Amino acid sequence: MSAATAPLDAPARPGDALAATARRNAWTLGLLGFLVLLLVFTKLIQPNYGVTGVKGLAISVLPLALAAVAQAVVVIAGGIDLSIGSMMALASVVSALLMKDQSDGVGVAVVIGVLLLGLALGAVNGTLVVLTRVPDIVVTLAMSFVWAGCALLVLKTPGGASAVWLKELVTGSIGSEWIPRAALTLIAVVAVIWIPVRRSRLGLSMYAIGSNRLAAFRSGVPVGRTKIFAYVLTGLFAALGGLSLTASTGIGTPVPGPYTLLSVAAVVLGGVSLAGGRGGVFGPIIAVVILQLIRTDMTFLNVNTNLAVVAQGAILIGVVMVGSLIQMRRTRA
Amino acid sequence: MSAAVSAPEARREGSGAAAVRRLFRERPIIPLLVLLALLVVLSEVVRPGIVSADWIGVMFRAAVPLAILAGCQTLTMLTGGIDLSVGAVASMSGFVVATLVNGPGVGAGIVVALVIAILVGIVTGVGVGVFRVHPLIMTLGMSLVVLGLANVWQLQMVQTGTVVPDALRTLGSDRFFDVLPYSLLVFVPLAAVILLGLRRTGYGRLLYAVGDNPIAARLAGVRAWQVLIALYVLSAVLAALAGFLVSGLTNVASVTLADSFVLPSVAAAVIGGTSIMGGRGGYGGTIVGALILTVLSSLLSSLGYPEAVRQILYGAIIVAVAAAYTRVTGET
Repeated sequence: MSAATAPLDAPARPGDALAATARRNAWTLGLLGFLVLLLVFTKLIQPNYGVTGVKGLAISVLPLALAAVAQAVVVIAGGIDLSIGSMMALASVVSALLMKDQSDGVGVAVVIGVLLLGLALGAVNGTLVVLTRVPDIVVTLAMSFVWAGCALLVLKTPGGASAVWLKELVTGSIGSEWIPRAALTLIAVVAVIWIPVRRSRLGLSMYAIGSNRLAAFRSGVPVGRTKIFAYVLTGLFAALGGLSLTASTGIGTPVPGPYTLLSVAAVVLGGVSLAGGRGGVFGPIIAVVILQLIRTDMTFLNVNTNLAVVAQGAILIGVVMVGSLIQMRRTRA
Repeated sequence: MSAAVSAPEARREGSGAAAVRRLFRERPIIPLLVLLALLVVLSEVVRPGIVSADWIGVMFRAAVPLAILAGCQTLTMLTGGIDLSVGAVASMSGFVVATLVNGPGVGAGIVVALVIAILVGIVTGVGVGVFRVHPLIMTLGMSLVVLGLANVWQLQMVQTGTVVPDALRTLGSDRFFDVLPYSLLVFVPLAAVILLGLRRTGYGRLLYAVGDNPIAARLAGVRAWQVLIALYVLSAVLAALAGFLVSGLTNVASVTLADSFVLPSVAAAVIGGTSIMGGRGGYGGTIVGALILTVLSSLLSSLGYPEAVRQILYGAIIVAVAAAYTRVTGET
């Protein structure tokens, strides 16, 4: 709840504000510190690691990072969306099919259309969750079949193409060669959509219903509408994730990737409580980068890549265990 | 709780509706059996003559592994959990047996697979029960660990190759007089143990207690962590058994073989009336749920619908059934 009320606090001195921000984002800052250490470590074991490595890292994390943001939004509002991977696949095939052999102008229209599609998919998910009162996990699990089926209807086999400008959004670098376009795109997109929402009344309501549904309801928060809005936003980010898949691979693939479950993992590692009402979207993004970098490091160290999967699982469990131990000690004290 | 809330509601409405409500609430298996019968009739209408002893045998054979995996979900969901590691554990167990056939033998392979499954279950149970990690995260993490280790094992055993042993092939895919599948020999005792265990044993009631009201259970002296460790070990062993049957049924040994069963197994338990929030449900409904999903996907494929339409209808039906439950039982 503290995170939710934070924007309302009026800090007296700038120093206090800084300290308060640091305390509020302790988890994210910790992750960021860990990421820096990991980058240093990477550079130590592989002195060649540089511009190309960073670029590759940025491109490879983009779809999962967007999936993680999508998941974070709905988890903050006390839900969970197991259909993110399927929505991404659907958005990816629709965009790839419509952009094939078309001009840039059409490409822009397609991108806008796909984003609207994402909003619509999210709205369907959210409305079903609110109207049927079936647990979120069950509804979105079932909808994951539906959206994956729709993706298969659109394209049976991987195909289509991406507009050139869309590809250029995620490849190469801008300004300094150390700033990959993919990273900039990610930060820009997330900042433009999430920060205004986070600061608005709706954002506050999302944290409120995730934190304590009943209390939010009694304080006059329109619980149902806010929940639907969270799902709509998740759909939008999932559509962006799908577009990023099309952009980075150049085609659309109808079979959902492993994004749904990995997004849940990233969200939890990123400091968002599955119980809702806590965390933000930048923690999960950093968590995704860390997970990917660990994989890269293991290849540099000539460790079997399959052990990287084991490490991901072990890190997920380990971090959550430590988190819950801290929580337990706090509640006992 | 549900009875107290919805009894006045039921009285307000006509007695017919009230009876249906009561039926749904107290004997959810009856409407489910009606739905199953409808699907069977529909299969017969769509393809006259398709429903035969042979067809029934094929349906049972396909439903058995799903029903066992859905059993893992039912048991864990009763405590408010979920087990997403069943796919990885089931694939791993089938795969381990197939790699050990040419060396130590089938029996040794099965023992090794079961021991690994038990170890996985202990780790999961300790994570969920002692460290209070969310079951979704814990089992997701464990499935990554198991999958990765199985892949490492695969690379080790590339030379040996994999063979699905004859014994598992017979058990998983052959049928007694070409009708009743041998896999029922595994399933019927298992189902009986789970059904009776949930109803008649103290441990079964503890599962409901822990899921329904963890605080009340703790105050009543239940050591939830012991219950949960035993539960996740049980779930992993069930998943391993299902893995043997799946690899026998498909004659394939792969480290991702059973992954496609994970989401349907949750769906079967949900359709069967087990609440994902814990404390409500049972295995009888789950078995019928697994049969419904199996008959449904066979019906849709015999209608000639492409895979895409099948998936869409599959999802739509899960939402519809789950919504009907919630509406009728008045629980969320």
